[in-house]
Parts: sequence; structure tokens; C-alpha cells
Amino acid sequence: MSLEKSLNNQGFLTTSLDFVTNWARANAVWPMPMGLACCAIEMMAFAGPKYDASRFGSEVMRFSPRQSDVMIVAGWCTYKMSHAIRRIWDQMPDPKWCIAMGACASTGGMHRCYGVVQGVDNFLPVDVYVSGCPPRPDALLNALMQIQEKIKNEHSTTLDT
Amino acid sequence: MEKNISLLDKANPTFFKKHQDALLKSLEDKHTTVELDETDPLGTRMILNMGPQHPATHGVLRLLLELDGETIVRNRLDIGYLHRGVEKIAENKTYQEFMPYTDRMDYLSPYSNNVALCTAVEKIAGIEVPERAHYIRMIGCELARISSHLLYLGAMVMDSGAISFFIWTFRERERLYDIFDNFGGHRFTISHSRIGGVHNDLTPEALSMIREFVDTFPAEVAGWKKLLNKNRIFIDRNLNVGKISYEDAIAYGLTGPNIRAIGVPYDIRKFDPYARYDQVEFDVPTRLEGDNLARYFIRVEEMLESIKIIRQCLDKLPKGPVRADNAKHSYPSKDEVYYSMEGMIHDFMMTDTGVCPPDGVEAYHAIEAPKGELGFFIQSDGTGHPWRLKINSPSFTNLQGLEKMLDGEMIADTVVMIGGVDPVMGDSDK
Amino acid sequence: MTKKEKALQVVETIKNTFGDAVLDTGGHAGDTYIRIDSKNIHSVLSYLKNELHFTYLTDLFGTDRFTSEERFEVIYNLVSLKTGTRIFVKTWIEEESPVLPTATDIWPAANWNEREVWDMFGIRFEGHPDLRRIFLPEDFEYHPLRKEFPLLGIPGSFELPTTTPNTE
Repeated sequence: MSLEKSLNNQGFLTTSLDFVTNWARANAVWPMPMGLACCAIEMMAFAGPKYDASRFGSEVMRFSPRQSDVMIVAGWCTYKMSHAIRRIWDQMPDPKWCIAMGACASTGGMHRCYGVVQGVDNFLPVDVYVSGCPPRPDALLNALMQIQEKIKNEHSTTLDT
Repeated sequence: MEKNISLLDKANPTFFKKHQDALLKSLEDKHTTVELDETDPLGTRMILNMGPQHPATHGVLRLLLELDGETIVRNRLDIGYLHRGVEKIAENKTYQEFMPYTDRMDYLSPYSNNVALCTAVEKIAGIEVPERAHYIRMIGCELARISSHLLYLGAMVMDSGAISFFIWTFRERERLYDIFDNFGGHRFTISHSRIGGVHNDLTPEALSMIREFVDTFPAEVAGWKKLLNKNRIFIDRNLNVGKISYEDAIAYGLTGPNIRAIGVPYDIRKFDPYARYDQVEFDVPTRLEGDNLARYFIRVEEMLESIKIIRQCLDKLPKGPVRADNAKHSYPSKDEVYYSMEGMIHDFMMTDTGVCPPDGVEAYHAIEAPKGELGFFIQSDGTGHPWRLKINSPSFTNLQGLEKMLDGEMIADTVVMIGGVDPVMGDSDK
Repeated sequence: MTKKEKALQVVETIKNTFGDAVLDTGGHAGDTYIRIDSKNIHSVLSYLKNELHFTYLTDLFGTDRFTSEERFEVIYNLVSLKTGTRIFVKTWIEEESPVLPTATDIWPAANWNEREVWDMFGIRFEGHPDLRRIFLPEDFEYHPLRKEFPLLGIPGSFELPTTTPNTE
């Protein structure tokens, strides 16, 4: 807000700045793979040679949360693991997004029992849900493209983060 | 001046306090506590937590290593980060409904897990499976074995440093996925094998794809062997790493390629053959050294043996039905379900009640999964739901051996050793 | 000799050596089991390992029979690599504070399996070097594989992380 006021509501300037920032952020989304179970294998295939993720900007899978933009939760999340996932989410710097990959991360999937958290959105703010068990790597690429759409529509310059 | 500071004061965990306390207490000896010398930093020991989220731990495995410099003095493994209580789920589902859960256990070679459950249920209920289904199951199992060993190869060599290997093995895995996609409908967790046989026959296109794979794969492996077998860096990283003695291997109950690396030729396909393995010729590669390099050699040889088995199966594939015809034992074919009343009723009964083994009996059947001996122990109470289904998973026992193997090794070898033992956490944390 | 005959021979030897400790024998579809009294289980297992060469412990697990007496059952799956035989040894224990002697001094492979039985059923093993839960965190207070534990769990038995960011 302060930036707009200080520029005397020159909307044209902030939207152009937005366009450039969003273009830069959307085309360099580095994922942090929280690969827990079978969806992790499809995530590896998504980064592999046939469904190449790096042509969409996800050049490297950064396993360190401090260097990544999007966290892909792939696989069922147990109560024991949930604290570790939340801790890693907190360590990621803003701006960050989250993809819940697969039926198990979205809603608990076929595992309706005592050990599994019924959906990772019980403790994480998820942006895109991908269905499938496991989803094809094409579906994960679609999710990545939707995150890119979401980024391109943000008002990055005037955002508080 | 030395002060006895307890590890628990230093760690101060913020969640699951009792669990972290118990784990750290067990790492300390009962009789001595770790003495942390505040004045001389070189005299202390460090507890390193290779946490559940780590690029190289093959899933969610947590290791607590007590280090003296670079050597691991004691270690504890914490598993259960992927525990979903699959055995409890099994008590509420029919045997066929449980099939997709077996896919997701050892998710690198899902076809073998399906065959394991099918053979166990067929043993307890006394179901006859037609010949063609046996051979199709064998082809599927061996393709799954190649797929699992390819991922082992890619991951372990990537952990040793050569990252492009991962891309090459994934390219081959994509070819296998195409084969599974063609006859099974899904890339890997296919649940193709059903109780009483197999879901559908192999299409001619799938057969030609398998033949093409079998013809071109050995040349690829020969190229990789030329790269790795005499490579100074690879051998230096793997020779004499993770050695375990003969007595320890049997005492700790290791299975699969890990126990064959130390000289015990224990392979369920030869010990207690299932699904016509006694009618194909193959060798069981065994080595005597017991270190990581031996495990690598064994797995590469096993891939080539699998190619041999698939070739023989393709030649011997008999004509016939692919599922048992008995209405109480297996699902009817879709033609019968759509076009006849009995077929529809049988389908309904199989879905609702399922296969009913006799009351009060129990049976155990194991198969040779790529990771080791995967066994299902079923206790039946006469209904379509098992009373108790216990899964004897190979990764659980292999990880116990890993806890023993890590003592005395250097910390930089931890990653290579985990890769060498090749655990899958979905399998070990049932 | 076939596998079945070798297993039956083992059963005969155990019956002759231990007499009345053997409560039941049987088998279905090619397996063979022996049921032993829980007081003599340790000596039978030692005899099986030392005299009859059953050096490989494949599996150790528990079952909840859900009967009013002798509710729990512990089964040992043993393999003799020398003779190529597999045999199952079972024992029944009562529901009130179930205790069994540990098998870790006979086979170190029993370590994690006994921890799993403790975790899932609540059966203690005397003499176990490190009896902690293995799959579930120690904070969890129940034993899930008992038949009275609901499949969906008990709400509140596990803590979930908070949704407000922890900026430490």
C-alpha cells in the first residue's frame, strides 16, 4: 500500500512492475519435493527425461527448504511425519506455494485409518490439488502450470510479504 | 573441567516430547551418559540427526548417529513415519479389496506384491490358477524386479556421485511403464494380478513391446557395466563398505540380495517355488564378500537373470484362460457380467462377500520380491475378511541389519550404505 | 524326504523331548505349526535353534484371538537353512498384563519384531534390551491392532501441528 501511495497511485507503474516480477517468479519455480511414498516415484519421473520439468522453469529439485519456492507433498502424510512437514514449511521463505499431489495428500486417499492425516490441508495452506493415485506426470505438469497462472495473477508489488 | 550434561537438556524438542526423550535415552548407554566436555570442543561427541526429510534416505527414514569425529559410534533408526496400519485395514476388507493396498507397500515393484497376496490367498483357500496366468504373473514379477533394481541402480549411483545415471535408468523405467500401461492400464500400481489368475490377457502389442525390451535391454546393461565395474571412484566408494559377517547376517535375519551378498543362497524361488519357477532355468547370483560392491554386482546380475526368465516364459506361454472359472474363487469375466444373470450375481457376491477360506485355518506364503522375502500370513475366520493378515516385509528386517552395519563406519558412507541395503519405507512401515 | 515330512519329523522330536509342553500341532495347505505352553517357550526355541538348526528367524508377530481367556497369541516363523524346512511355533498368553520371555538372546533378529508386537498389542517381553514403540510415537497411548481399537483412531490421540507459522 505504501508503495502505491508514494508513487501517487500511478497504477500503470505498479502493474508493469507486477508483470515483470510475476514473469520472473513464475518461470523459475523451484520445487521442494516432500516425497513420502509412491507419488514420489511419479515426481521423480516428472523430473526425469520423458516429462521434463526443467523446461517449465523447475530446473532443480532443491531439497533445502531455504532455497525453494513450491513444496510438492507427494504421498500420504502420517501424524508422526506431519510435524516435520510443518517445520519444513515454516522454514521456506515467502513467497511460497504448495501442491498436494495425489489422493493421499489431498484427502487421505484410500488410507482411511488411524495413522494417516486425512488431507495435508489440515495443517498446510494448499494451493493446487492433483488427483490420481498416483497422478501421471502430465497431471503434475498441469498443476505446475496452474501455479504459474496463479503467480501471474498476483499483485506482487503491493503485497505485504 | 568436565560436566555431565544430559542430551535431553540440549535437544529440547517442541513436539512428541516423550518420543524424542525415549529415543535419545536409548542412544545413551544405560550405564554411562555422554560426557560433553565444555572446555575442549574436540573431545565431545556429536549427535547428528539425519531427519525424516532428507534427499538421500530413500523415503522417510530417520537416523540418529552418535559421531566421534567422522566415525559412527552408535546409531538408532527411527521408522514409522509412513505407518498407516495396513494390517488393521486388512481386517475390514475382502481379500480382493485389499489388493490396491499391497501395490502401495513396496511401490517400486508393485506387481510382485500383488502376486504375493494372490498366492497367499490361493494357498489358504485352495484355488487353482490356470497355466497361462502363472506365466503372465512370472513375466510381470520379473519386469517389476528389473524396474526395482533399475531404481536402486540410479539412486545408489547418484548417491555415490554420478548424477546422470539416474536419468539413464529412468529412461529405461519409462519403457517398462509403457509396457505396464499397455496391458494393465496404469503406469505402475496396476493390481493386474487377481485372486484366481490375472485380470486380462497380454495384448499382442504388449507382447511385442516386451520382446523388444528383452532384446535391447542387455546391451544397455553392458554399457553401464563398462562404465561402473572397473571405475576407480565407484569401487573406492563401495569396496569394504557396510560389511556384515556370515553369522550376523543369518542372526539378524537379512533377506534378499543382502544375504546373498554374504554367501547364503536363500532365494524363495528355489527354496519353495511358486508360479512355475521350477520349470524355468535361472541362476541365483551369490557372492562372498558381503559389502556394498557385492550387493551391486548381485543386483545387476539379477536383472540379467530376469531377462533370461522372461525369454523362457515368452517361449513357453501356453494358450488358455487367464482366470479360474469357479464362481466362488474368482471374479467372472466382464462378458459374463454384462450378458448373463449368473455372471452378474457372481460378480456381486464376489464383491460383497469375497473369497471365503475355511474357518480357523491359517497359511503363510512368501515370494521373492526384489527386496527380499515378502510373506503374507493369513488367519481366516470363515468370512471374506481375514481375521489377521500379517505382512512379513523385507525392508523391515533389512533395516534392522542396517542398524548393525552402521556401527563403526564413516558418516560419509551412510548414504551409500542406505542405498546398498535398498529399503522402501512404505514396505517397512506397514 | 519332502518338506512336509521333514517338518513332521521336527514336530515328533519336539514332542518326544518336551512332552507335555506341546499343547497342539497341526497345519493347513502344507504348513506345520506347534503350540507350546508359554512357560516353556524359551527352552523350546533354544532347543530348536541349537539342536535342530533353525538358525533363521523369518518373522515374529502377534494375533488378537479376542477370546475371554488366553487372548493373545505370538507366532514365530522359523526356517532351517540346512534342511530347508519351515515351521511355526505358537504360544497363547492371557489378557491381563501379557508377558513373554524375549527371544533376542536366541536370535537378534527378534529385536524389532518384539518392539512391533509391543507397539501393536501391548505384550511385554522380559529381558528385551530396548522395548520402545517402533511405528507410533511414544506419546500415543493405545495399542492399535487390538480388536477393540477403532480403525479410524481415537480423536485427540495424536497432536497435529499448529497452523500458525512458527517463526523460529
